[in-house]
Amino acid sequence: MLWEIEVRPSANETDREAARVISAGRDLGITTVRDVHASRSFLIETDAGSDRVAETAGTLLVDAIVEDHSIRSLDGSADSPTDDGNQLINVLFKPGVTDNVAQSTLKALGELGLPVEAVATCRKYRVNSDASATDLARLAERVLANDAIEHIVEGPLAIDSIALGSDYTFQLQSVALRDMDDDALQRQSRDGQLYLSLEEMRTIRDHFTSLDRDPTDIELETIAQTWSEHCSHKTLGGRIHYQDESTERHFDQMLKETIFEATTVIRERLGDDDWCVSVFRDNAGIVTFHDTLDVCFKVETHNHPSALEPYGGANTGLGGVIRDPLGTGMGARPVCNTDVFCFARPDTPVEELPPGVLHPRSVMRGVVSGVRDYGNRMGIPTVNGAICFDDRFLGNPLVFCGNVATIPVGLSTKAARPGDLVVTVGGRTGRDGIHGATFSSAELTDESEELSGGAVQIGNAITEKMVVDVVLEARDRKLYSAITDCGAGGFSSAVGEMGEELGVEVWLDRAPLKYEGLSYTEIWISEAQERMVLAVPPENWDEFHSLCDSEGVEAAVIGEFQDTGRLVLKYNDTLVGDVTMKFLHDGRPPVIREAVYTPPPEEPLELPSRDRWDEDLLAILGSLNVCSKEWVIRQYDHEVQAGSVLKPLVGAADDGPSDAAVVRPDLESARGLVVSCGINPHYGDLDPYWMAIAAIDEALRNCIATGADPTRIAILDNFCWGNTERPETLGTLVRAALGCYDAAIAFGTPFISGKDSLNNEFAWDDESGQRQNVAIPSTLLISALGQVEDISRVVSMDLKQSGNRLLLVGHTRKELGGSHIALVNSLGGGSVPRVDLDTAPERLVRLHAAIGSGSVRSCHDLSEGGLAVAAAEMAFAGGIGVSLNLDELATVSDGLQAAELLFSESPTRFLVEVTAESESTFREAVEGQPVVQVGTTNDGDRLEIISDDGRTLVDTSLTDLKQAWQAPLDWN
Amino acid sequence: MTLMATPRVCVLRAPGTNCDVETAHAFSSCGANTDRVHLFRVLESPGLLDDYQVLCVPGGFSYGDDIGAGVIFSNQLRGQLSEAIGRFLSEDKLALGICNGFQVLLKAGVLPGGAAAWATDPENHSPDATLTWNTNGRYTARWVRLKIVSTSNVFLRGLDELDLPIAHAEGRLVPRDPDVLSGWFTNDQVGLCYRHRPHDGQVAGNSDATPAASDPLLPEPHNPNGSTANIAGLGDPSGRVLGLMPHPERFLHATQHPRWTRLGLSGDGDGLAIFRNAVEYFA
Repeated sequence: MLWEIEVRPSANETDREAARVISAGRDLGITTVRDVHASRSFLIETDAGSDRVAETAGTLLVDAIVEDHSIRSLDGSADSPTDDGNQLINVLFKPGVTDNVAQSTLKALGELGLPVEAVATCRKYRVNSDASATDLARLAERVLANDAIEHIVEGPLAIDSIALGSDYTFQLQSVALRDMDDDALQRQSRDGQLYLSLEEMRTIRDHFTSLDRDPTDIELETIAQTWSEHCSHKTLGGRIHYQDESTERHFDQMLKETIFEATTVIRERLGDDDWCVSVFRDNAGIVTFHDTLDVCFKVETHNHPSALEPYGGANTGLGGVIRDPLGTGMGARPVCNTDVFCFARPDTPVEELPPGVLHPRSVMRGVVSGVRDYGNRMGIPTVNGAICFDDRFLGNPLVFCGNVATIPVGLSTKAARPGDLVVTVGGRTGRDGIHGATFSSAELTDESEELSGGAVQIGNAITEKMVVDVVLEARDRKLYSAITDCGAGGFSSAVGEMGEELGVEVWLDRAPLKYEGLSYTEIWISEAQERMVLAVPPENWDEFHSLCDSEGVEAAVIGEFQDTGRLVLKYNDTLVGDVTMKFLHDGRPPVIREAVYTPPPEEPLELPSRDRWDEDLLAILGSLNVCSKEWVIRQYDHEVQAGSVLKPLVGAADDGPSDAAVVRPDLESARGLVVSCGINPHYGDLDPYWMAIAAIDEALRNCIATGADPTRIAILDNFCWGNTERPETLGTLVRAALGCYDAAIAFGTPFISGKDSLNNEFAWDDESGQRQNVAIPSTLLISALGQVEDISRVVSMDLKQSGNRLLLVGHTRKELGGSHIALVNSLGGGSVPRVDLDTAPERLVRLHAAIGSGSVRSCHDLSEGGLAVAAAEMAFAGGIGVSLNLDELATVSDGLQAAELLFSESPTRFLVEVTAESESTFREAVEGQPVVQVGTTNDGDRLEIISDDGRTLVDTSLTDLKQAWQAPLDWN
Repeated sequence: MTLMATPRVCVLRAPGTNCDVETAHAFSSCGANTDRVHLFRVLESPGLLDDYQVLCVPGGFSYGDDIGAGVIFSNQLRGQLSEAIGRFLSEDKLALGICNGFQVLLKAGVLPGGAAAWATDPENHSPDATLTWNTNGRYTARWVRLKIVSTSNVFLRGLDELDLPIAHAEGRLVPRDPDVLSGWFTNDQVGLCYRHRPHDGQVAGNSDATPAASDPLLPEPHNPNGSTANIAGLGDPSGRVLGLMPHPERFLHATQHPRWTRLGLSGDGDGLAIFRNAVEYFA
């Protein structure tokens, strides 16, 4: 019998879900939906009698103090009474989508002695009867359910069973590739969602022709996964012919010759002082931290899944990147997370949305919730991030998730040995995430949702937390010889990579499944979440298995590593795939691409002439990129694990924007980690070379401003670009990579890992049937991981007291291209900010020494909005008045207008607060650096800025400045 | 067994518990002999609990809070460990629930009634109170100012006011009816209440008066979840059990305070005293 237990807020409680629905509906212009009642229900399939169901479920599922409930049996008919004439909408997960609450409920009911066969959950909405059918349909589609994972049932549920899955009948499938001509090969690649090029398809055909047989479906899928852009990075790792306005260059392996090469050069230069441990060869980069711990860092993107299903996409994006350090070396313990997002403006008019595109506000809400729920549940603090807004992210938002982890010294390498068992640990395998790796390597279109719904997964953070706990225990007991994560491509990638040097035989029928009915190929390529793959020596299996069992974690043997050089796949002892590792990993034909960069003509940018700049300053503070992200930050647990030293929000009211987060990964040590980032796609529109350098400079500045040691900062690159098959798009990427090389070498700052995501474009047919295409702005995220020797030396950005001096460190030039003063005045052109790589590195070293001398009370880097914004942020964060006078600055900054001094975004600059007594100590420490006193702090409550000729440029209260900065994203 | 000067502390972790390491660290740094014990071990042998003087259910998302915060964990305590928990509560021992641990102790019925209620209503048929969704409807992480109310609760001895962080979605304490609420005040069971938390340099906006059942609700962010009578933590009548939503284990060091760089803080954090009180109870 199928029972439905419906739970709703009691009369004196607020119906928050209903309020959310009404408000979101109103945002979409839905007017006839006025009255909504929301509830959740549990569908329970059991043979137990109604009394038992009522008693057990009633106690477990309902909080009687704040909730009411009702119980009914469902018999498949639709004639149950409707509710007071309301229109009823049910939202259920599509079959096969992970339903975590249902799984937990099933177990808990069992523990209470109720024999239950299946549980599903459902959300129910009762809407006023006179709501129009059109409004209701729009509400259902846009607000109540996401079609990628959920489906809607109107009226009473006419079902009598929720059983999932069906029996699977084994049948070996092969693909008649040998007979295919070019057209057929291309069709096969597209229709099979393989996303391989014609050249690659031909190579596969010829390989199997030489073997005198056709490939099986699983062999073709394995090759497609392994050769996907997502897994092999064939474009950036491949041959590129690059040409720009002054040079022509041929790369055999572009990334190796730029980003990796910089690290190699730096490490050679460091010699015995080299502090890199493992770079660019494992799932995450590793550097030294202290005597007993090294530290790992990795940032990944999850853009395409987040475009279709923001919650699930971001949720599993974070879940996935946490598994990277866990699968690095012999396994690292997560310490903190980072997240950076790029969206279109949240106030984008609904009518401007192309078909198939979710509203950016919904995308942002979903993404934030997804990151929140994974990080918080895992017990990993999310401590740093950024959000960038640009309309070109409308159909293709970017979601970067990062994880920092510690690993004991000496555990950074691993190798599976012949005879080791292939063991899967954690989540079960289901039909979720099929074709994620190949899908993420393709362009998004308005049909993506329909085509790739299976690529969307829902995570279960608790399962992953349990996996982390047992894996780290097993690591410390030395129970396995290698580990990697199951990410894109599922077992196919994980097992394939682990066995690359050796050979492996896999028994697909032994993988634990969520439900019956999966084919052997689906098992192999499913990207079901929360799984790790380990190589366990047979003599350790019993201990390993009982350890997992003791904490409720599932582990299963699904194969054996063998010294054969082959990937052998079996299902119930029948051979279904047999490919050599050599062909799989080295057989891909090289990708050869053209890259061209033509600099846009430099156009002059002149700021308007004005007496007062208060409104400009308020507009920049209230611009989306600069404004407070408190609404997001407060939803993240940024203090779990108790290592917090510098929080993302600081100051007198705990709400100022910290430059970086500082955490202590080892509570017994005073040594700290500093996490920051740099990103600015606006500069990239002018010159990607200088954008890359500016991003590195920004990430380093943020680290240094809090006290990090410039000789111990490691960085990561994440390139998110459009379709690099266009030479001009690839040209901008190569140019950015060249910037990365030059900056890394100059600063002596090694890249230790990175990732690229290409094809970030969205295509659709507009109303007139024209194909439209929008590429994202070329976006490079630089994430920095710094270190401080003694956390008690850390400095925050909020002003500390009145009567102190404000010193500007660094050169101010007329660099307004891509700046925020240009943005808020809708001005184009101008010169992009350029880091002086000859002098910038020394400035960081000197400033670090000054912070070490204890003479710095607060320090903030200058970024978007320049000096004016930095001073405003420091003032309102500290609740301390500021008076700036540009006299001295104008003298040393040849010929710059007052507004240019205020809003220029020249890099490598810091605003520093020192006491009168410590000023000389500070100046000694930064000797040789450009230092100018630009103002003083006072006990007033205003920011006043006076020009060199004594005119008032800005005079605004701190309350107004803070209000402007907090208003845009102060969401409920 | 003789009474030891160094108490043994059981930090009980379930699937999804995630504050067990730092909570164990807090007890250990006060000199306790602390074990992190998996709930499954206790379900296998409930007698394990008899070895400990302090039981602590730490924060996290036990079982994902999938049905409601702490629901599944609390059902296991109530359903499968009823005797062992009853025995523990009836002895001269201490129990502490932090955040999710408070939700667990409350929903299991360990709080607010303690040993007596555990014995008289084994099914917890009419719970006195619940912890449910914050008024703002979302998970919220921030620091709060707290005023100690109870004069008898062991964990809160010698404390008056302190700053601690909260991080939860379901922290709004709702009693079944007004009599339950006034009973808590009468029986000295109200452990801590949220206070007005002034900005640095600002004067606190509330009086020094002892919190009472009739106090108006402080607005967010001072009372971060809309908890009835601004209550942040609740004890049992004996004063040997405490549950609280704020996280004392996240303020063991001055550098964890959000304003330490401006207030010139160093040394221990305010939260340490709660663990020290527990350890010293057995000294």
